[in-house]
Amino acid sequence: MADTTTSGVAAADTRAVRRPSPRFLGSELRLIFRRRRNQIGLLALAAVPVFIAVTVRTTASNPGADAPDFFRSITDNGLFVALSALTIELGLFLPLAVSVIAGDSVAGEANVGTLRYLLTVPVARLRLLVVKYVAVVVFAFAATLTVTVTGMVVGLALFGGGTLTTLSGTQISFADGFARVLLASAYIALCLASLGAVGLFVSTLTEQPIAATIATLFVSATSLILDAIPQVAWLHPYLLTHHWTAFGGLLRDPVTWTDVAPGLYVAAAYAVVFFLAAWARFAGKDVTS
Amino acid sequence: MTALAAPPAVRTVGLEKRFGSHPAVAGIDLEVPAGSVYGFLGPNGSGKTTTIRMLLGLVQPTSGSIELLGSRVPERVVDALPRVGALVEGPAFHPYLSGRDNLFRLDVVDRTADPATARRRVDAALDRVGLGPAAGKRFRAYSLGMRQRLAIAGALLTPKDLMVLDEPTNGLDPQGTREVRSLIGSLADEGATVLVSSHLLSEVEQVCTHIGIMHAGRLVTQGTAADVRGVRETQARIETDQPREAARIMRELGLTEVRASPRGASGRLGSVAPEKVVTACVHAGLSVTRYVVDAPLLEDIFVSLTGEGFDVSG
Repeated sequence: MADTTTSGVAAADTRAVRRPSPRFLGSELRLIFRRRRNQIGLLALAAVPVFIAVTVRTTASNPGADAPDFFRSITDNGLFVALSALTIELGLFLPLAVSVIAGDSVAGEANVGTLRYLLTVPVARLRLLVVKYVAVVVFAFAATLTVTVTGMVVGLALFGGGTLTTLSGTQISFADGFARVLLASAYIALCLASLGAVGLFVSTLTEQPIAATIATLFVSATSLILDAIPQVAWLHPYLLTHHWTAFGGLLRDPVTWTDVAPGLYVAAAYAVVFFLAAWARFAGKDVTS
Repeated sequence: MTALAAPPAVRTVGLEKRFGSHPAVAGIDLEVPAGSVYGFLGPNGSGKTTTIRMLLGLVQPTSGSIELLGSRVPERVVDALPRVGALVEGPAFHPYLSGRDNLFRLDVVDRTADPATARRRVDAALDRVGLGPAAGKRFRAYSLGMRQRLAIAGALLTPKDLMVLDEPTNGLDPQGTREVRSLIGSLADEGATVLVSSHLLSEVEQVCTHIGIMHAGRLVTQGTAADVRGVRETQARIETDQPREAARIMRELGLTEVRASPRGASGRLGSVAPEKVVTACVHAGLSVTRYVVDAPLLEDIFVSLTGEGFDVSG
């Protein structure tokens, strides 16, 4: 078969060599962040720290005896607005946001039928999963940082900055405190990324993105419930969500890794296991959507 | 039809796909010669789309083997697909992106496509299907015909050796159908092999050099268009003022089953070139008012092969 290229475009337009390209990831991120629904979701995430800061500010003299640890510190340093918001949103909003994106990753393409066209371009199936998962991880960081940055900005505006009192009671500089809060956010983002791997796997099982999202959220909620039942305490260290709130260790002086490190191991284990499950499921799957 | 020396663009051996106990495709030996326009015909539900999905590596065969442009499928399908343009079971795009952005999305994920020429290639593909003016509209605002055109444009972003078009005329008006036919013709002229499936026989039978007919998961016939139609079956009918004279000339030329009627004569052409009949009649001084060559419709052939109407396979 000699030169049988067609379609009126010069053959020079095709490259003989395939090289790794970040363009697919870029396209994926544009799809996620330009979608109106996701932009509104990020705004909703950003509203929580604003709400916290404003309500605390207007009732500053009386944060309430039952208020979480960070709440009582908010008036001392605006950075705690970010930590309070993260703590609250870790219960539902952040897992929900990651579940939506991860559940949509493969099932969303299958649902509108674009999956068959991606695969026939072609996109190798492993490459598709890798790019989809990296996009979910990027989104987990973006969602977490949305809360953190909004919280910091609003907090510093309403309560000011200055030195920060650690959970150990000592004082650290503002710059150090700022770095600690960012570190805690990164830890939370990595935890959410492990939930994202669960979502990616579920997303390969169905053509209904909403079903995948609900199933993923169900996994996270079940983990939270089991974590609250003392009778299954033996199970707690292995639960997906058990270590999520361990970022407090990053705000001690000196930083204690005893709770954070197992959290990272568990997150990594979930991410690897569920990514491999997704690959095992998707590699030979019949795409009939 | 001259024999083509090149290896076939598509070859399957004993290709089978079962969904549960239901055999969607029941062991077919498909052969699409390089450079052909292969009409892959059959009623809805006869296994055409499942076969096409297997050729493209979307669905795993239960048994049998596939070679696509010389690469084994599904193992090496990624090697062949950059040279294959595909339209599978209707258009599918992101509804909230514009037509142009949807094409960019497809181009971006293609590692063999050169980013530097993406804009030019996307615009060229849009122009080729006549979507240029609507390129900036969101896909969700497109009519079915525009969606179908966009899907064809998506298959034309880079040069292709093989075009697999599954029901390309679905949702198109008669004008659009004609345009798709002429597009198939121009792709073939440029040297591409075209595999086009349809459940509407009349829409594609004019452009096909080869034909395969599916029925209930089986390939009931396959070959050149002339073979499948059976040249011998072709009828010639002439209308003239001297029917008996016309019938005599037809018999002399070698037509069989010649019959004279009050207004003319008819007979089976066999291997006689159709134009010879008119020439001979005119030379003999007959005034010919009408001359018709009736190739048997594929639909009739289908009915004769399966004993069933060309409707839906159960």
